Parts: sequence; structure tokens; C-alpha cells
Amino acid sequence: MKKLHITYKPIILFIVLLFSMGANAQTDSVAQEKFNVKEFILEHLADTYEWTLLSSEDWHVSIPLPVILYSKTSGVHLFLSYKLDRGNKNYKGFQIAAEGKYKGKIVEMGRDGSETRPLDLSLTKNAASLILSSLVLIITFLGISRVIKREPMKGNKGFVGMMEMFIMMIHDDIIKPSVGADYKRYAPFLLTVFFFIFFNNVLGLVPFFPGGANVTGNIAVTMVLAVGTFLAINLTGTKEYYKSIFWPDVPIFLKVPFPIMPVIEIVGLFTKPFALMIRLFANIMGGHAIVLGLVSIVFITAGMGAAISSSMTAVSVFFSVFILFLELLVAFIQAFIFTLLSSVFIGMARNA
Amino acid sequence: MSLLTPEPGLVFWMSIAFGITLFILIKFAFPPILKAVEKRRNYVDESLVAAKKAKEELDHVKEIGESLLAETRKQQTEMIKEASKIQEQMLEDARERAGLESEKIIGVARKQIQSEKEVALQEIREEVTKISIDLTEKILREELSTDKAQMKMIDRLLDEIEITS
Repeated sequence: MKKLHITYKPIILFIVLLFSMGANAQTDSVAQEKFNVKEFILEHLADTYEWTLLSSEDWHVSIPLPVILYSKTSGVHLFLSYKLDRGNKNYKGFQIAAEGKYKGKIVEMGRDGSETRPLDLSLTKNAASLILSSLVLIITFLGISRVIKREPMKGNKGFVGMMEMFIMMIHDDIIKPSVGADYKRYAPFLLTVFFFIFFNNVLGLVPFFPGGANVTGNIAVTMVLAVGTFLAINLTGTKEYYKSIFWPDVPIFLKVPFPIMPVIEIVGLFTKPFALMIRLFANIMGGHAIVLGLVSIVFITAGMGAAISSSMTAVSVFFSVFILFLELLVAFIQAFIFTLLSSVFIGMARNA
Repeated sequence: MSLLTPEPGLVFWMSIAFGITLFILIKFAFPPILKAVEKRRNYVDESLVAAKKAKEELDHVKEIGESLLAETRKQQTEMIKEASKIQEQMLEDARERAGLESEKIIGVARKQIQSEKEVALQEIREEVTKISIDLTEKILREELSTDKAQMKMIDRLLDEIEITS
């Protein structure tokens, strides 16, 4: 009984803390305007020009990131993002659009008040996060490879041993059976894809600084990954594979007057990586959206009295934790599926 | 929907980041890892096979050793048996020879004893003859001291000769 009592103590403390938070939220809410959930979620899912660490109504703590722009009228511009704060601050004719088609993006204001979008190569939050995670990935795997290379016959313990098992699990259970005979040629590429996705997925679940960016939930990122797979499939496909696309083994009337089957096959070429792109993007973005939605319960119920707001806060935290655990699973599953399907597609192209 | 349109800037940075990561990991990180693990696996497999083979060989050697031992033991018992047989034979022979020898010695001794006995008897006989002749002489001297007695003696001797003849 004593043991139980001890384990419950922090939980009781936590609930008390939540109650007090709820009460605070209630007093503040008088000043707040109506909380817009959709706005809140979309804002957090979108890419930003600065890396916000902490923010409140009045102040922000953020890391400024470089903004790189090329405009047809005024040429190349390079400056740090703090010069364009949220709102309508204008710098050299550029500002972040608050409304309309380019909402949240940098636009160039014409003299007549028209907005044009320059070529925007800014190192945004997602781009910075990508570079950071790529660096970590490179350092980690080069380190592992060095440790293993030093003593190849020794079984490794700790982190290296774990990663070795992880790598070999992907290698033996996904790549080897799916790609087929010449799996050795594709294994490094597929392993890189897996760990790139997995690492960014997990990093995206960390709510504070090194993480927090919605990287793999961004369609630009998954598009590049899917293009990589597309190239891997089609640049190394065999003659039989191309024959099965342009001259498939079907009755002649499906090919000659109007090439129905080749058209379907060619469309299929693009739908495969397209499905990969959408699947990864939607799953990760959806997970983030659910967590954000659950968190916003706290803010929605803030003005509804102490009892409701505190109990709903507890519910929100409980479900957020639950969904985060689920997302951890999804982070692995999506990386797994992306790699598995890529392997299968490559295997189909190699063994057609 | 801005969420569904890929941002060219991010595509650019993603291509660079992913490309560099891909290049480095494909070139330097994964091949050595896979190679090393493959090598280790092969080594373990080979070691297992070798261990199995060694065990079989060891079993074989053990078998040979055991059979050898058994054979040796058999030989040993046989040898012991033979040795004891030989020993017995030798004992028997020795006994026999000893018996013969002793008989021979006894025979020689007997013969010697016999001859000595005969010599002794001869001597005794001679002695007795001598003594009896002496005695006879003495007796005869006394008895035949007179003529009468001498005559009587001659008569009787004659009678006796007559009777005997």
C-alpha cells in the first residue's frame, strides 16, 4: 500500500498544478479574443522564416534565420529574418503577407500595392531543421561505421550495437526480400532513406528547439524523397521493365489503335512515388494536427470556468500523451512503409 | 491550400540536404557497416561449421582411442594370461627337472651306499672269517692236545663227510 501511495504522489501533484493553471488561464481569458483553432493548427504546421523557441502575446524568443530572395525587379537579397517581423513590417519592399494567396510567405510589394512572390530560397525553419538533422545523421552513421570498421569482428554493445541491429533489421527484413537478387546495390540508398525519414519523424515529435519542425509533414520534403525513389526505380530498371511499360504483354487491340495500356503504365510510373509522397506527408502532418488540436482544447475551454477548464486540460494532456506515443509508432511505421514500398518498386523494376 | 503546394525554397534546401546526406552515407557510412556485419556473420557461420567439424573429428578420435584402448586391454589380458601360462609351464618344467635330478642323485647315492655296504660286508666277512679261523685254531689247539681227542675228531669228521656225501 505504501508503495502505491508513493507512485500516486506525483500524479496528484500534477493534477493540482493543472487546476492552478486552469484558474490562471481563466483570469487571462478575459483579455483574449476568441481562440481560432484552425488558424492555430495551420500556423503551427506551416513553415516559418524564424525558429520560434518561446512566444507569448507580447514577446518572442526566436532564432533568426537567413532570408534569401531573388526578385526580377530588384535582384538578389540576403538578410536575417528578424528584419521582417510578423505583421506588416516592411524591409526593402519585402514583407510577410498577412492575408490572401501568399499568407505567411514573403512577398514583394509593388508601388501600386500589388503583391508578387519572389524566388524564395530562404533557409526557413524546416530547411534549418533538415540541415541540422542531416548533420546529426551523417555524424551518427559515420561514427558507427568507424567504430565497426575498427574492429569488424567484435560484437558491439550500447548505442552502436543497437544501431547495428536496427540497420540489419531494415536490411534483412525489408530490403533483402523486397529488392531481390541485387539488393546490395540498393541497400545503402534505401537505408539512408529509412533513417532520414525515421530520424526526421522522431525529431518532429520533440516539441522544443532541436525538434518541433514539421519536416516530414511538409510536402516539399516528401516530394524530394519520392523523386529520389522515382529516380532509383527508373534509372536502373531493366529492359524487361521498360518493355512491360511501353509494350506490355496484353492483347494487341489494347496497344495499337490507341495505346491504353502503355498510357496506364506510364501514369502508374508516376502514381507510385506520388502515393509515397502523399502517404508520408499526410500521416505525419495528420499526427501533428491531432496533437495540436488536443492541445488547443486547453485554450478553447479556458474561458468556461475552473471546473471545466481544469478537467478538460487533464483530458487534453492525457490524450496528447497517448497520441504522441501513437505518433512514435507512426514515425517508425511510415519510415518502414516508405522504405518497404521503395524496395518493392525497385525489386519490380529489376526483376520484371 | 498552401500546405499542399511544395515550396520551391524548401525543395531546394531539401534536395541539397538530402543529396549530401545520401552521398555521404552511401559512399562512406553504410557499405563499411554492411560489409563488416556480413563479414562477421560469415565468420560466425564458418566458425560454427568448423566447430561442428572439429567436434565430429574429436568424437572420431575419441572413438578410435576407445577402440584402441579396448584392444590394448584385450591384448594386455591375453599377454597376462600367456605369461601366467608360461610361468606355470616353467614351474612345471622346473619341478619335473628337479624331480629327475633328485632321483638321479638319489640313485647315485643308493648305488654308492650299496657298493659301500658291500665293501663293508666284505670286510666284515673277512674279519669274521679271520676271527673264526683264529678261534677255530685256538679251539682246535686246545681240543687236540691229546691223541685220543685227535682221533675222535678225525672219526667224527669222517662220519660227517659220509653222511653228507
